Amino acid sequence: MGETILEVKGLQTHFFTDDGEIPAVNKVDFHVDKGEVLGIVGESGSGKSVTSLSVMGLVPKPPGKIVGGEINFKDENLVNASEKRMRQIRGNEIAMIFQEPMTSLNPVFTIGNQLIEAIRLHNKWDKKKAKARAVEILKLVGLPRAEELIDEYPHQLSGGMRQRVMIAMAMACDPEVLIADEPTTALDVTIQAQILELMKDLNKNRGTAIMLITHDLGVVAEMCQRVAVMYSGNIVEEGTVKQIFKEPKHPYTVGLIKSVPDMTSKRERLYSIPGSVQKPGSIKVGCPFAPRCEHAFDRCVSETPALLEAGDEGQKVSCWLHHD
Amino acid sequence: MPELAPEKQKLPPDHPGFEVEEKVSSPWLEAWKSFKKNKLAITGAVIVLLFILMALLADFIAPYGMNEQSLADKNLAPSSEHWFGTDDFGRDILSRVIFGARISLWVGFFAVLGSAVVGSLLGIIAGYFGRWVDTIISRIFDIMLAFPSILLAIAVVAVLGPSLRNALIAIAIINIPNFGRLVRSRVLSVKEEEYIMSAKAIGMSNGRILFSHVLPNSIAPIIVQGTLAIATAIIEAAALGFLGLGAQPPQPEWGKMLADSRQYIIQAPWTVFFPGLAIMLTVLGFNLMGDGLRDALDPRMKN
Repeated sequence: MGETILEVKGLQTHFFTDDGEIPAVNKVDFHVDKGEVLGIVGESGSGKSVTSLSVMGLVPKPPGKIVGGEINFKDENLVNASEKRMRQIRGNEIAMIFQEPMTSLNPVFTIGNQLIEAIRLHNKWDKKKAKARAVEILKLVGLPRAEELIDEYPHQLSGGMRQRVMIAMAMACDPEVLIADEPTTALDVTIQAQILELMKDLNKNRGTAIMLITHDLGVVAEMCQRVAVMYSGNIVEEGTVKQIFKEPKHPYTVGLIKSVPDMTSKRERLYSIPGSVQKPGSIKVGCPFAPRCEHAFDRCVSETPALLEAGDEGQKVSCWLHHD
Repeated sequence: MPELAPEKQKLPPDHPGFEVEEKVSSPWLEAWKSFKKNKLAITGAVIVLLFILMALLADFIAPYGMNEQSLADKNLAPSSEHWFGTDDFGRDILSRVIFGARISLWVGFFAVLGSAVVGSLLGIIAGYFGRWVDTIISRIFDIMLAFPSILLAIAVVAVLGPSLRNALIAIAIINIPNFGRLVRSRVLSVKEEEYIMSAKAIGMSNGRILFSHVLPNSIAPIIVQGTLAIATAIIEAAALGFLGLGAQPPQPEWGKMLADSRQYIIQAPWTVFFPGLAIMLTVLGFNLMGDGLRDALDPRMKN
């Protein structure tokens, strides 16, 4: 295992609403090693996006607030970092791309304009040098006609091209960590494959660590070395891709994998986990998955399991079935 | 998950399959295209342009001086010598109307410029910072809008003293809340857009986001509002002139001309007809143009 570049310890991000405090991210631990791709999977509302926004220091405030834990990037705890320091880190050392490529670019400026701005934000370069870099980076993300694209407006590009531009913008300053929040969800399948390929290339050739947030297990299998499974603001299982797919331990992970449509199966009905995600924080004691879990027993509702090592080679799970 | 292509075949960048659309079109060009198609808007723009030319070239095209009196020729009906007739001092009305364009456009333009700048700044501050800042600024706007605007203008002129410059300031002040509210609402909606989040994610500061992302997205509605506001400002300037609170004699301000000649409306109707027509035409021109601009620039109208 390589050197850890980003380590999240006991992260708690709560939202303070009229209905009370909602722990969207509840004591989450994970780490990203240099040059690896970590997948974070989970249903909608499981706290994946809030976790990534917390790392970037972009949780909308109010109502959101990081109330506990540490986010260690290299030797720095980002939870305590000043806004000024965070601005230096964002884009330059940790970059992020979002789900919606259609709306992530400002419609009133050209592609070049926005790329050059992003580059000059972190580098004291003149316009010419920044423009050359913009063209270079557009070519790097596999966009044809980079010299012309620079003068075009976002509405002239397709979704896939825009997502490439977003990736170009994120990669413009060679960040060490790239957080991709469902980067392919809004794209159609063929484009999805291309974008994933591109991200894989960037990961391999430039050694950028990627934190890939997705609900698509296929994407995880394709891209990641390790996976963390989130449920209701908690990480319920963590391990290598092989461990998670071959020997899932948490009943939730098992259910997730089972619910992937299988072409060889004769069954007509697709499998789905009964029930839906509980509102984070509605379960104060016990395992948050217990109400939907077919293996739940008395201990599951009286005590909250911790994320502990189970089995071999660093696979971790928070489930009483696997702990004593 | 479908299997990915085994080996990506790279096509050369100049491969014909990559040709998309050759012509680079900016949003402004698009707007101009749709503006061109709108006949009414073009009519308005032409009227406005004619008045602007008239104002700029007044010294060359006016047949007489603006204050050239000839008491022997007072209240003459329109003729080949005096196309629009003369007023009670024997001044040529055509010349005065031409020079009047200068005053009206000057007041309209600069009053609106002033209120657009101040209003936009206040609107940005209110919309972006929200909370008590927003409450204070928005309530002030509400209070200002609760007054009939002309009364407010009269009050301002009463404090500053009657003159053309003070009328301009008064008109600028009463138009501030219109721009303020417009920009505030734009800021509120643009603030939530995803590209603002991605601008933050590349490390941009709040101030920079405001001026390089939020404001440019508000330019189009500001222009539309500005064009329409010029029309109102011209009417307001004329009204203040009519009441004797704006332009002072002998300035050839249209509203003032109306006021000075109103006692001759029966004997010499041309003395009020032509200045009135000039006001009506400029206002009509700006309104038509403003409506056309709104249709061309409003993103909701785009298909």
